[in-house]
Amino acid sequence: MLDDFLTRAALAGVGVAIATAPLGCFVVWRRMAYFGDATAHAAILGVALSLTLSTSIFGGVLVVALLMALAVSSLSGKGYAVDTLLGVLAHSALAFGLVAVSFLQGVRIDLMAYLFGDVLAVTRTDLAVIWGGAGLVLALTAWRWSALLTATLNPDLAYASNIDPKREQLILTVALALVVAVAIKVVGALLIGALLVIPAATARPFARTPEAMAVMAAALGAGAALGGLWAAFHFDTPTGPTMVCVAAVLFAASNAVALLRRAV
Amino acid sequence: MSLISLEHLSVRLGGNTVLQDVNFTMEPGEIVTIVGPNGSGKSTMLRSIIGALTPDHGRVKLQDGLRIGYVPQSLAIDSTLPMPVHRFMALPIRVPRAKIVDALEAAGVAGLADRAMTDLSGGQFQRVLLARALLGDPHLLILDEATQGLDQPGSAAFYRQIEDVRARLGCGILMVSHELHVVMSASDRVICLNGHVCCEGRPEIVAEAPAYRALFGSGTQGALALYRHEHTHTHDDDHDHDHVHDHKHDREHSH
Ligand SMILES: Nc1ncnc2c1ncn2[C@@H]1O[C@H](COP(=O)(O)OP(=O)(O)OP(=O)(O)O)[C@@H](O)[C@H]1O
Ligand SMILES: [Mg+2]
Repeated sequence: MLDDFLTRAALAGVGVAIATAPLGCFVVWRRMAYFGDATAHAAILGVALSLTLSTSIFGGVLVVALLMALAVSSLSGKGYAVDTLLGVLAHSALAFGLVAVSFLQGVRIDLMAYLFGDVLAVTRTDLAVIWGGAGLVLALTAWRWSALLTATLNPDLAYASNIDPKREQLILTVALALVVAVAIKVVGALLIGALLVIPAATARPFARTPEAMAVMAAALGAGAALGGLWAAFHFDTPTGPTMVCVAAVLFAASNAVALLRRAV
Repeated sequence: MSLISLEHLSVRLGGNTVLQDVNFTMEPGEIVTIVGPNGSGKSTMLRSIIGALTPDHGRVKLQDGLRIGYVPQSLAIDSTLPMPVHRFMALPIRVPRAKIVDALEAAGVAGLADRAMTDLSGGQFQRVLLARALLGDPHLLILDEATQGLDQPGSAAFYRQIEDVRARLGCGILMVSHELHVVMSASDRVICLNGHVCCEGRPEIVAEAPAYRALFGSGTQGALALYRHEHTHTHDDDHDHDHVHDHKHDREHSH
């Protein structure tokens, strides 16, 4: 069954959607949408470095994304507004990454594959990495769920319950880096942010609890991945961007329905 | 053992010294109220106790395994976060639904369990906050202006509930309030804070002390005077007995 590239692509898309959903919710709740982008943009630098050093792409991306996320985490609240900081770091990392890639001689790399993803080229090993990473991210968020939620709601409430909001922020940061490393093959560095934010935002009008929102976001993300894959195959369009298009259409539909419901 | 003790606590925020050399201990079952003008460091003191602020000097000691129920002065819930009352009550520790319903009823907001937190009125929100703080059977309740926005019966019911909770759970209650007339009757001890502890003592002793009357008059007016009296005097040490506020040490000496 896994011999079929379409099946592998579908499984990869669904795996990434499930892992990004709960994190995407936190990204939305904590208003750190740009944070996901910054981490993802840094991933290109990770790709360049791992090609230079001939290490695994996953490892390189993970390390650079992690460093990036930690840098943003620790620099925030020290003079610059977070969006300024992210603007500087994200675009610098992307620029350095692109420049570094251009230096690479001998290796002909298809940059597009890392910018926009290449889900149809997912191998069995990739699939194992994606589902392994997704499982880890899910386990991490499930384990810390209550603490993360409390810290997101109000840091002081967290402190009073013996939860360290800074530690929870760190856990979230690590999980985000992991998701970026896992998702780069599927949607690419430029669109990971979309996969984080759009399904969560789509779920918001219909969710009454945080848990419901995360589950709905996962279902919507998986739907967008499968729908995007189908459409890409049908219309011969690039898969990553098509998945995001489907997610965006779902978002528009969700808001239209929510508007109608309120109007009735 | 004391529930909490602050030893020479000093806190700086944004380059300003907000609290300076605050010493304070609290025993189980005590009701202590902190009064003081806006910006006098009341919330800062409470936030230092829960561990949200790191002292620059001195330290905060908590009893081992102390469970704190905390009501913050303000709590903004982001509209992107769907948060019904029952879920908020069970955060971070899961609680059976029946217990939540009971707690809401005791706080006078029965039937709101499935409402979104963002849809509550200010007073309802405040009552839910208190109900949540009580839910974990705390050893210490820390309430930062918990009665803000409550109507008169609500406020009265609130203080009755506090007394009740103390009798039932034996927990200590540390609160900030601007309702000085109520403070005087509901507290075992009153702390007047203005960057440092200006005065401290049992309310009736405070109220009956000739020095207090001379300074503040009596009744509500006297309570209001608490705000007007000279806050900028310096305390050379903890035992300046010639100071007009020497009533404040009654309690310390009884230990
Ligand atoms: N995060 C912060 N950064 C800088 N200064 C702060 C910060 N938080 C509080 N302050 C300052 O510390 C002082 C004490 O604030 P605090 O909130 O403790 O006052 P308060 O006694 O609770 O006042 P209120 O009665 O208005 O609630 C104020 O002057 C305030 O401006
Ligand atoms: Mg305050």
